[in-house]
Formats: sequence, C-alpha cells, structure tokens
Amino acid sequence: MGSRASTLLREEEIEEIKKETGFSHSQITRLYSRFTSLDKGENGTLSREDFQRIPELAINPLGDRIINAFFPEGEDQVNFRGFMRTLAHFRPIEDSEKNKNTSTSEPLNSRTNKLLFAFRLYDLDRDDKISRDELLQVLRMMVGVNISDEQLGSIADRTIQEADTNGDSSISFNEFIKVLEKVDVEQKMSIRFLH
Amino acid sequence: MSPRRGFRHPGSFGSSLPERGLLLLVLIVLLQGSLLPFGAASSPDVGHRDEADVHAEAEEKHNFTKKPFPVLSFEYKHIQVPFEISLWVLLASLMKLGFHLIPRLPGIVPESCLLILVGLLVGGLIKLAGQKVPPVLDSNLFFFCLLPPIILDAGYFLPIRPFMENLGTILMFAVVGTLWNAFFIGGLLYAVCQIQPNNPSDLHSLELLPCLLFGSIISAVDPVAVLAVFEEIHINELLHILVFGESLLNDAVTVVLYHLFEEYSGVGSVTVIDGVLGVISFFVVALGGVLVGAIYGILAAFTSRFTSHTRVIEPLFVFVYSYMAYLSAEMFHLSGIMALIACGAVMRPYVEANISHKSHTTIKYFLKMWSSVSETLIFIFLGVATVDGQHNWNWTFVTVTVVLCLVARVIGVVGLTYVINKFRIVKLTTKDQFIVAYGGLRGAIAFSLGFLLDKRHFPLRNMFLTAIIIVIFFTVFVQGMTIKPLVDLLAVKKKQEAKRSINEEIHTQFLDHLLTGIEDICGHYGHHHWKDKLNRFNKKYVKKCLIAGERSKEPQLIAFYHKLEMKHAIELVESGGGAKLSSAIPSTVSMQNIQPKKPAPAKPEDRVLPKLSKSREEEIRKILRSNLQKTRQRLRSYNRHTLLADPYEDNFGEFLLKKQKMMKWRPHLPMFVCCFNTPGTLADPQAYSMKPALDSVPTIQVDLASPQSPDSVNILDEFQRSEQAAAAEEGEDDGGLMMKAPTRPHERCNAGEMDAGTREKLSRCLSDPGPHAEDEDEDEPFLP
Repeated sequence: MGSRASTLLREEEIEEIKKETGFSHSQITRLYSRFTSLDKGENGTLSREDFQRIPELAINPLGDRIINAFFPEGEDQVNFRGFMRTLAHFRPIEDSEKNKNTSTSEPLNSRTNKLLFAFRLYDLDRDDKISRDELLQVLRMMVGVNISDEQLGSIADRTIQEADTNGDSSISFNEFIKVLEKVDVEQKMSIRFLH
Repeated sequence: MSPRRGFRHPGSFGSSLPERGLLLLVLIVLLQGSLLPFGAASSPDVGHRDEADVHAEAEEKHNFTKKPFPVLSFEYKHIQVPFEISLWVLLASLMKLGFHLIPRLPGIVPESCLLILVGLLVGGLIKLAGQKVPPVLDSNLFFFCLLPPIILDAGYFLPIRPFMENLGTILMFAVVGTLWNAFFIGGLLYAVCQIQPNNPSDLHSLELLPCLLFGSIISAVDPVAVLAVFEEIHINELLHILVFGESLLNDAVTVVLYHLFEEYSGVGSVTVIDGVLGVISFFVVALGGVLVGAIYGILAAFTSRFTSHTRVIEPLFVFVYSYMAYLSAEMFHLSGIMALIACGAVMRPYVEANISHKSHTTIKYFLKMWSSVSETLIFIFLGVATVDGQHNWNWTFVTVTVVLCLVARVIGVVGLTYVINKFRIVKLTTKDQFIVAYGGLRGAIAFSLGFLLDKRHFPLRNMFLTAIIIVIFFTVFVQGMTIKPLVDLLAVKKKQEAKRSINEEIHTQFLDHLLTGIEDICGHYGHHHWKDKLNRFNKKYVKKCLIAGERSKEPQLIAFYHKLEMKHAIELVESGGGAKLSSAIPSTVSMQNIQPKKPAPAKPEDRVLPKLSKSREEEIRKILRSNLQKTRQRLRSYNRHTLLADPYEDNFGEFLLKKQKMMKWRPHLPMFVCCFNTPGTLADPQAYSMKPALDSVPTIQVDLASPQSPDSVNILDEFQRSEQAAAAEEGEDDGGLMMKAPTRPHERCNAGEMDAGTREKLSRCLSDPGPHAEDEDEDEPFLP
C-alpha cells in the first residue's frame, strides 16, 4: 500500500497518543488500522459519511449523536488524534490509576470524564443542563414511534423530578452524577480493547 | 433475591409470650416425635394384622358371624403415609415459626444450623423410642420432590443481567473449579490412604477410582446451602451471583464426573478414550440440559399466550412445564438443575407479560412457599439421617477430607481469580476472593449422591457417608455461623436496598446504546454487540410469537415506567395522601409531586369520617380494588365476552342489586368514576366505552397518560360525564370495570371538586386491600 505511506503512524505520534490517552502500543496500532479501514477517502481524516457507512450504527437509536461526539465544535473532519481522544473515554479504569492522586489533570477515562461524555450526548446545546426537551428527544429516539407524546412527556417529567434537586426543571451535571451514583459506571462505560 | 424467611412478629409482645410460644412448640415437637415412632410401630403390627385378617376373612366366608357394627374404629395404616408426610411438613413449618419468635437467635445462628439440630433431636427421639427411623433422605424423594422447588425458585427469579455479565467468571469457577476440587481431593485422599503400610486398615482397600468418585461428590458447592446462608447476610449482588451461579452450574460437572467414576469403578480403570468421552459427555450434559429447559420454557411462554380466558390455571402451567423439563433432563441423564434454571429464566419475561397480576402473585408465593418448606425439610432430614445412618468412623479419612476440602477451595479460588482478572473489567479483590472461597458450602446434594452409591461396588460407602456428613456439618455450622461476622468485619460491600429509579433505567439503556455504538465504531464484537443483536432478534421475532396482543410491542422502558407509576399511585393512596389529590389538577404536575406521607399509625381521632353504610363502603372498595388490579392485567381484548368471562369479576346481577341501593345515595355524595387508561388503549379508540347504566357508580379515574394531567389522579364529578356516558355501549360484567373510550384524547374530563369528607373516604377505602389479599409489589423490573 504505497499510496498510504504518507499516512502511516509515526513513532512520536504513537508516544504522544499513549501519553494523552493511556492506550498501549498494540491498542493504538490496532485502532489505527481500524481508522484507516474506515477512512475511504484516504486523507487521514474521517468525515460523518465515513461513520455512517458502518451498518450497525445506522440502526442504533443514538447513532447520530455518537457520531457527532467525535467531531469537535463546528468541524467536519476528525483526525486520528481526535478519534483516539474520544475513544479514550471508554478505556477501563485500572486499579493503579484509581489510587493515583489527581496530580495534574484527570485521565480521560476517569469516572467523572466518562459521565461528562455521556452528559454531553444528552446536552446538545452545551448549556450544562439537560432540559426537558433534550430529554424528550433522547427518549423518543430510544423508545420508537409507537408511544404518544403525552406519555413520553410524563416520563420525562418524572425523570427530571426525581433528579432535580435545585428546582430548575432540568438536570445539571452534578445532579446527573448523583443520580447515577449507584450504577457501576466504570464497568458500564468500558470496553475491553483486546488485541 | 427477595428473602424467603418468615416475618418477624412486631416487638409488641410481652416478654412471656415468646417463652410460652416456645414451650408450646417444644410440646408439639415432642408430640410429633412420639407419634412418628408410633406410626412406624403400628405399621408392622398392622401388616401382621392384615395377613391375619385375610386368613380370618377366608374363614369367615365359610361361617359368617355377625359382629357388632363398629361405631368408631381406628385404622392407622390406611392413612399412614400421607399422615406422616403432613406431620413432617407441619413440623418443618412450626420450626420456622418458632425460630423467629425467639428474640435474638436468628441473628446469631443461621436457620440451617438450627434446622439440622432439630433434625438431630427428632431423629434421636425416634431412636429413643426404639423405632426404625424412616429413610427420609431417600434419594428419590430428595431429587424428585425436595430439590426441584428450590431450584425452580432460584431459576425463575434469577437476576439475568448480572448473571449474564459475569457468566464467564461463573463458568470458570463452576467448571474448572469443581474439576480441580474433585481431582485434588480425590487424588490426595488416595495418596493419604496409601501412606501407612505398617498399620493396614480399611483404607488400603480404597482404590483410586472410588477416591476420585468421592472427591467429585464432595467437591460440588451446594445451591441449597448457599441460598440458605447467603440470603441472611445480604452481600452485594456481584458476590452473591458469583457464588450462587457457581453452585447452580456445577451440577453438570458433578453429574458427568459422578456417572463416569461410578461406571468405571466397577471395572477398575479408566482409559484415555473414556476421558475424552467424559469431556464430550460434559458438553452434552450441560448444553443438553439447557436446551431441554429452553424448549420447555418456550412452550410454557407460548401456552401462556392463550390463557386469557382461563386465568385460574395460569400458575399451573409454569410449575408443570418446569417440572417436566427437570424430569425430561433427568431421563436422559442430562443436568436437571440446568434444565430447570434455563426453563425458568427463558419463560419468565414472556409469561409475565401474558399472565394476570394475580397469577403473577400466585406464582411468586407458591414458589417461595414450596422452596422454603423444601429447604427446611432438607435440613431437618439431614439431621435425622445423621442419627439414623450406619456410620463408619475413621479419624484419618474424615479429618483429611475436611482439611483437603478447605485447602482445595482456597487454592482453586485464588488460582482461578488470577486468571479471570486478566479478562475482567472490574477485577475481583482479595476480599471478594475470600468471600467466594468461604462461601463454598456443601449440602444435601452431596449426601444424596453418596446415599445413592451401591454398597456392593463400594464397600466403604458408610465411611464415605460419614465423611460427607461431617463436611456438611462443618461447612454449614462453622462457615455458616461465622460468615456473617466476617462479612461485617471485612466491611464487604452490602446489597443496596434502594429500588431502581426511572433515571437509572433510562440512563442504563442510554449507556447500552452508546456502548454498542462505540463498539461498532471500533469494530470490536464485544459483549454489547451481541447483547444488542439478541435484543433486536428478541423484539422482532420472539416477542411477537410468545406475547399476546398489544404488549408484544411495548418497549421495556414504558413497561417499567408504568409499573413505577402504578406502585406510586397505590402507595400514595394507601398512605392517605388523598388530601393532596385536589391540588393535582394542574396539568403539568406528575405523580412525583404528590409525595406519600410517611406511613404513620392511623390515629382514630385524626380521621373524622362521616358515616358510610357498610354495603356502600364495601361496594366502593370492591370497585376500586378490581380496577386497580385490572390495570396490571392490561386487557387487550375488549369485547363483552372476554370481560364477562373473567372469573375474578363479580356477577353483574349482584351489581345491579347494589346499584338499586346506591340510587338512594345519589344526592348526598359526589361520585367518582374509576377507570384506567393504559397506553395500549390510546391506539385503539374503540377499545373501551363507558357504560351508561353505571353512571351512578362511584369510580375513580386515574389517567396515566392524558394530555392535560399526565400523571394525576382526577376525581371526577360523574354528572359531568353523563353526556359522554350516553354514547356508550351497553355493558354488563362486573361492578367495577369500566373503561373510557379515548376517542378524542384532548377532551379529557375535567377534574371535579371533592370535599374533605369524600377524600378521606376515598383514601380509607383504597387503603383496605380487601379479602383478595395483598398485592405485593414486585421489587425489580422483570425484564432484564
């Protein structure tokens, strides 16, 4: 594959990604080969159409939102660094990392950052609150077309009521964290990246 | 797992009452203890008498002499067997009752220990009376009558999600762990038995294969014992499912090893081919058992689809199909336990979507009752069988066995965890490993398997039995009693008692979809991918076949939500929150706003209720009760024939009579119209209609999903609705069932006013569960 020579991953890049995301060498190379197989245009970046070509994503209720999560604000292309940065959220938390004090900044796959990623998928307008409408949209996507709006509305109302502690009729990030404190997020939001 | 233990009596007893109760119990025990030998004694006598009778009769035929007519006669043999069985069951139940009357004992000593002691006592009494102890732990009785209810209860209520998530770990422990235990114990026992050439004893005649057989019998963790002990200590879900799942799944290994070694012990040698066949046999046994169970489960689910006309026998299908799954598996020497588990787990989501609420409650309580009684009986019988058995006590054998069991368990768990942790996201800590190792209790299955051994092939059978009993006693008593303080000492995470909230449900589903998407992006066919595929397959094909009517299309989230709302509504009214109901008129209010008051003991003077005639009250109660329960049933068919045919509902004739009585009350009280709108009906505008004849009947409308008032309970003034009622279909059927046609969803009835008096009446009425007993809420969502 001579034409791809220019897009091969350099060692320094691998090192940088390793430091930033915590993936191992073999994981990075494996994910890089996946990246290149998705990249039909062979320009080193992925566009939304590249993602939409994955068949299972099309039937996933949250497919569009997940795809959007990869692209930074306003951009239409994501390079390998960005790709890895997003995927880093789903790395399993290792025991050694659990005990390390948060010296500089939290690693991308800490519990808070995982929850923040999920929160951002709800909160499309980035106002740090999940409003009733945003919740309704997600519910509608997950539940399908057979259920009436009124019912979904009542579910959304109840959800917000359960979570809302400061009475602003929307779920803030802290309230979101509190509601999910019993859920084992470390396990639920981790994928074993085996080679 | 919801606790199966008896309830504690409220502590309002005087201090003399528990003692009196205890004394009474002891008396009853002694009485039964003495009756049983009497029963046993009378049978040989009666047997002789029978023969004598035959001769006498033969003679009598020749010279028929007239005897005085026996006014009162005593014939024990006639009813002997069922009578003795009932006595045992009664004894078991009374014991259970008794233990919870004693103030502090249940906290210190686990029930299983006490039951074994009782069994020892009863066995001792029987022996003292000089009679032959009935062979209570007969293997047929155990495997066909006592074990299936416990396993079915466990399988039906198995928490599927944690089980599947940890399936790899559980299988490793069950299969590899049990194999390791069996060979380690068997092999080392054989070695120990051979090491004393100077004092030749019985042990030397013990060959390798019987040792291995013994090892395989003793190595399996017992589900009955684990359930009995772990239920009382409330550890976190992960550990519970690990140990419990292991105890269930190792049955396949035990069956294969047992049959393998038993077959070849006679021959005396096992070749490599036999070993290979054994491995193949293991897969056949395990997978075959699961397959048989799954087939019966699907049959049961399919049958339940058609039971809407015969609600009364719905629970029977569940029980009979499961039992047949067990027996069919046993027929082919497959793993009966795995068949039962598979049957229960497969049929549950579909059956629960099809059956009525009452059937669901019935199934739950029957299973709990049977399994509870079974478990009690098993432990008592263990005690009795200990007293009875011909023991061959051999110090070396017994102590070595006990020590080896412990050592093998610890090494096995530690070694396996080391390997497993490489593949797990959430690793098992040392504390977890300790609990898993410590929780490896042996129980009655091991004893029954040992009991099955043929004395001709295994001359040392009695020695085996003695050793097995000692191991069982050790694990149940020592480990059972100390595990609770150890759990507290080590500060192991306990089970979280709080119920699942709608938030958790939504967000968990959300995360599932998210993870599936990410897995697809990475091209990684992991856990979520396959689960998603399975769910999709389930939704598309399976649910349509096995679930009747509308509910097949209902998303899981909606089902969960409705259960939650229903629970909340019932809770709310039961706690007397009726006073706040009028404020529920504004449309954006959800049920959440109306918090149920803390259930305070009702002080009679606080509630000033106007007098209601008894029949009127009973009327209201019946109507409300039937409607509250009807919702759960989610009527799909809506012609009058179906409604009429429901055996639970009152006679229409009876209703008409009462209606006449109620006509008198019309001017005095505003009436309430009671109807429920389930989401399925919204799609069917012609679904239900008002009955014009019943406009004077008190009813309450709980609109679960209406545009104006989403979740509030509307108390309507029925006079407002009379014009709508006019358009309704003539109906008969029971007094309370009325469904409103949501032809135009926007034209909801407005809430009427309600004065304080009727509000309180309403709450008082609803707080009475009525003679149809408690409708207990389910604790967890039944769909995984």
